Amino acid sequence: MMTPLLFADLVSLFVRSIFVDNMIFAFFLGMCSFLAVSKNVNTAIGLGAAVIFVLGITVPINWFLINGVLKEGALSWISPSFAKVDLTFLAFIMFIATIASMTQLVEMVVEKFSPALYSSLGIFLPLIAVNCSILGGSLFMQERDYTLAEATVFGLGSGVGWLIAIVALAAIRMKIRYSDVPKPLRGLGITFILTGLMGLAFMSFLGIQL
Amino acid sequence: MSIATAPEPVKESKPLLSKKDRKLVTDPLSDSNPITIQVLGICSALAVTTQLKPTLVMAISVTAVVVFSNMLISMIRNLIPSRIRIIVQLAIVSLLVILVDEILKAFVYDVSKQLSVFVGLIITNCIVMGRLEAFAMGNKPGASILDGLGNSAGYAWVILAVAFVRELFGSGKLFGIRVIPEAIYAPEFGYVNNGLMMIPAGALFIVATIIWIQRSLNKYTEEA
Repeated sequence: MMTPLLFADLVSLFVRSIFVDNMIFAFFLGMCSFLAVSKNVNTAIGLGAAVIFVLGITVPINWFLINGVLKEGALSWISPSFAKVDLTFLAFIMFIATIASMTQLVEMVVEKFSPALYSSLGIFLPLIAVNCSILGGSLFMQERDYTLAEATVFGLGSGVGWLIAIVALAAIRMKIRYSDVPKPLRGLGITFILTGLMGLAFMSFLGIQL
Repeated sequence: MSIATAPEPVKESKPLLSKKDRKLVTDPLSDSNPITIQVLGICSALAVTTQLKPTLVMAISVTAVVVFSNMLISMIRNLIPSRIRIIVQLAIVSLLVILVDEILKAFVYDVSKQLSVFVGLIITNCIVMGRLEAFAMGNKPGASILDGLGNSAGYAWVILAVAFVRELFGSGKLFGIRVIPEAIYAPEFGYVNNGLMMIPAGALFIVATIIWIQRSLNKYTEEA
C-alpha cells in the first residue's frame, strides 16, 4: 500500500492539481462562493487562503478516516473479527462532520491567536464548510485511492489552484466595471462567460507532460 | 439573441393549492430561479450535464434531497439551537444523500458510476443549504415541501436545458439515442460535432446564454 514515492511524483501531482485538474475550471467545484465572493481582490485572497488551509487539513484527516476506520478491512487493527466490516457508505457523513468541525476549530483558533486575521477572514470560515471544493477534495482523494503524502499534496495543490482562479476572476471583474456590458448579462451572466474563457485558457495546460 | 428560445417551464395547474402556495412552486421556475437568479447550486449543475441521462438522475436526486430535507428541518426547526444549526442541517442532508447514493448504486449502477463524486456533492449543493436557511428554518412543513419542489423544479429545467443543448450538439444524441443522422457526418456534408459542448467551458457559455435570455425577458438587471 505505502509504496515509497518519488519526490518528483509529488511535485508533478502538485502542479497537476493546481493547473490541469483545477477545481474550478475542470470540475466546477466551489462555484457558489467563487461567483459570490469574487467582486474584490482582497476578499478573494482572504477566502482563497482559508480554502487552502482547510483543504490542506481536511484531506489528510479524511484520509486517516477512510483508511483507518471506514474502508473494508480497515478496522482489523482493533480485532481480526472486524476484518470484513465495510463502512464506506458512511463516508459522506464522516467527511462532512470532519469538515464542519475543522472549520469551527480553525475559526476558534484564529479568533484566539490572531484577531486581525480573524476579522478579515472570519466571515468566510463558516462559508467554507459548505464549499463544494472542500468536500470534493476529500471525495476525489477517496475515489483515486491516494496515499497519505499524495492526499496532502493534492489537498494543498487544489487549494492553491482555487486561490489562483478566484483572485484572477476578481481582478477581471474589477476591470470589467468600466466596460459596457449588455444589461441582462451584467453581474452573473458575464461572470459565467469570463469563467468559461478562463477555463479555455487553462485547458492549454492539458498538453503539459509531467 | 433576444428571441425566446429558452424552454418555457410548464406551469401545472393545481386547484388544490391556494394562490400563495402556488406562488411558492411557480416563482422559482423563473422569477427567483435558483440557478440563474439566486446563484445557487452551480457546482453540480455544470459538471454532470454532458448527457441527458445522468442529468435527469441528478435532477431527481436533488429534488428528493431538497424536498425531504426541507420537510425534516422544518418539522424540527423550533428544536434546533441556532449556534449549531449548520451542523444539524448538514447531518440531516448527508443522511438523505447517503440514502440516495445507496439507491442509485442499487438500481442505476452505471449512471451512479458516471456521476461519481457529484452525488456526494449534493450535500454541499448550495440549493439545499440555501433553501434550508432561507425558508425551512422559518416556515411550516407543508409550505417547505412546496418550496423545495418549486426550487428543485427550477434547478431541474435549467440543467436539463443545458444537457439538451450539450448532448445534441456535442455528440448528436439525446438520451443516448442518435438524433442527428449519421449520413450528414459524411465528408460531402461535412457536419462535425461541436467539441466546445463537451468541455466544461461549453456549459458555462450555455448557462450564460440562458441567463441572458431569461433576464432580458423578465427585465431583471444586477449592478455589476
